[in-house]
Amino acid sequence: MTETQKPLLTTRYGLEQSWTLPVAEKAGAYVVAKRALTTIEPAALKEEVKKANIRGRGGAGFPAGVKWGFLNPGPGESVYLVINADESEPGTFKDRSIMDLDPHRLIEGAIISCFAIGSHVGYIYVRGELAFSIQRLEAAIAEAREAGYLGDRPFGVDHKIELYVHSGAGAYICGEETALLNSLEGRRGEPRLKPPFPAVKGVFGMPTIVNNVETIAAVPDIIEMGGEAWSSLGRLPGDGGVRLYGISGHVKNPGLFEAPVGITMRELIYDYAGGMLGDRALTGVVPGGSSTPVLDPRRTVDAPNADHPLHAWHGMSEIDVPMGVDTYRALGTMLGTCCAIVMDDTVNMVEACRNLMRFYKHESCGQCTPCREGTGWLVDVLDNLCAGRGSMKDVDLLVEISNNMMGNTICAFADGTAMPMLGMVQKYREEFVAAAQSGLPKDVRHDDSVRDLVGKVA
Amino acid sequence: MAFALTPERERQVDDILTRYPEQRAALLPVLWLCQKQHGWISPEVVDYVSARLDLSTAIVRGVVTFYTMFFDEPVGDNVVWVCRTLSCDLRGGKAIQDHLESKLGCAAGRTSADGKFTLLKAECLAACGQAPMVQINDHYYENLDIARLDEIIDAHSTEGGEAAASKFATFATFGSPRGTPKSVPPPPSAEAVRVASTPPPGPDASGDDS
Repeated sequence: MTETQKPLLTTRYGLEQSWTLPVAEKAGAYVVAKRALTTIEPAALKEEVKKANIRGRGGAGFPAGVKWGFLNPGPGESVYLVINADESEPGTFKDRSIMDLDPHRLIEGAIISCFAIGSHVGYIYVRGELAFSIQRLEAAIAEAREAGYLGDRPFGVDHKIELYVHSGAGAYICGEETALLNSLEGRRGEPRLKPPFPAVKGVFGMPTIVNNVETIAAVPDIIEMGGEAWSSLGRLPGDGGVRLYGISGHVKNPGLFEAPVGITMRELIYDYAGGMLGDRALTGVVPGGSSTPVLDPRRTVDAPNADHPLHAWHGMSEIDVPMGVDTYRALGTMLGTCCAIVMDDTVNMVEACRNLMRFYKHESCGQCTPCREGTGWLVDVLDNLCAGRGSMKDVDLLVEISNNMMGNTICAFADGTAMPMLGMVQKYREEFVAAAQSGLPKDVRHDDSVRDLVGKVA
Repeated sequence: MAFALTPERERQVDDILTRYPEQRAALLPVLWLCQKQHGWISPEVVDYVSARLDLSTAIVRGVVTFYTMFFDEPVGDNVVWVCRTLSCDLRGGKAIQDHLESKLGCAAGRTSADGKFTLLKAECLAACGQAPMVQINDHYYENLDIARLDEIIDAHSTEGGEAAASKFATFATFGSPRGTPKSVPPPPSAEAVRVASTPPPGPDASGDDS
């Protein structure tokens, strides 16, 4: 335990002017890209990424190397790399740091990735709000092109690579990969039916790999260290490397940290983020963006069977399970983007839930009825509960609506709404029941719709 | 009156068109250029864009109305977006909105009487670790309290958006801006280690302020 892991993803974050090419290069940028393009075969690069066991950092946790393996372009087809920088999942703020503080790491990763998958054009789709990150990224791309790392012959190798930044315009759903592709094509950001999957028929009808910013930014380290060595930095089998952990809400030091895959939520809250604000008690934590069902520290892992994946943590608190894609799935939640929202005992969970459901109502693209109507209904029912106009039936209605949304839509948005909703009702049922019986205590009725209903309650 | 982009921006449109194999893909970038110049996507802008990219006005309007950042009505000189999603609300997002409503004299969704500010509620703006925050025009203002917010708004009012941004705007930070312990966090608890068959590395010293 005395060995300290050097920062990898964030190693250049603290340097003065870290986002400029001379500073980044002095600290090692583009060395790996040059070596990869000039001395390593694309197939070997792909193999290293596969061995690295890097689970997609955008939320779904799909192994990136396996995704790359789905590519099988036909004759005359061009392959595209699309980098998903539409970071909008509530609670998540990690990709922005890469674009703001070390854009050259992302570009280097994109160059290696384009070469590995045989792509000549990469699009980085950045959410429109991040105008500043877009400026940084575009300036960095211009520097890299000027230096001969992008363009017709990057590093003198006959494999043209161009990178373009494409700005979104404010739509959470565009983080869903097929909605993103539609948006990139100049359409409304409505998700497409799958199959065909993007690797077969993606942007402009061509085979496309869509990866998250952090996934691509890890590629230079993977190639430098070798896939297996990078993978072994993580503490969990099949889930390798280091990643960015974000933490926000009621902790002393909210912020962003780099750590190996597999630290626990307890470590993240109490060691990295300095503990709870005002040393108050922890009520719940949304582990990886708002679509991931909440964890309740009072609940323990129930896995008495020796073959249960969480058997090693049987009887321990939910927040003592290592944060990994598979461990969290076994726990009934998801790792998502690995950016936690922490809530202390001053938070009314019904109100917190309503805040999040309002988000989903606002962001549903409206294409599928169960989602468009369901998200609106959830907010209506929660509004009633919070205003003291609810009844016990409403608590069950929340569950019924959620169950009718799950699995009945084109994309995972409805599931991403229903799952956290169900988790909230399941784990904090007593708060929902109390709200059904008497509304919310006056001091938490702070929302606009409630304020309008009850007059100017500040 | 018909809308037209400046010659410089026309050149940018030509450049944008080279980036995509299909002309339609230039729609969002071209709308952005138009909004930058005109402030909002007026019906004349829609006509211009549909002619320039050879798309029907219905298609252009359909795209404009899908995305929250394209304005289909005029806005104030500065557009203030208050993040009201959970992480910000846990740290006072509502107080920020209330203060702005009383300071600017308009409810969220409206423009102030002097036309200087449009106040809008925003869903998560990806700055949760620096909550509460607002976005004004192209820039983020994070770790707000009321006093600082006043300074920022006053600077926009008197000196204009660019000058205010150069003084107060923030970009991503690493570690915790509120002061991360400089020491390496303690080693992981015993139960956390149990899963790894190989000796796990200790947590890294990632707490440097930047």
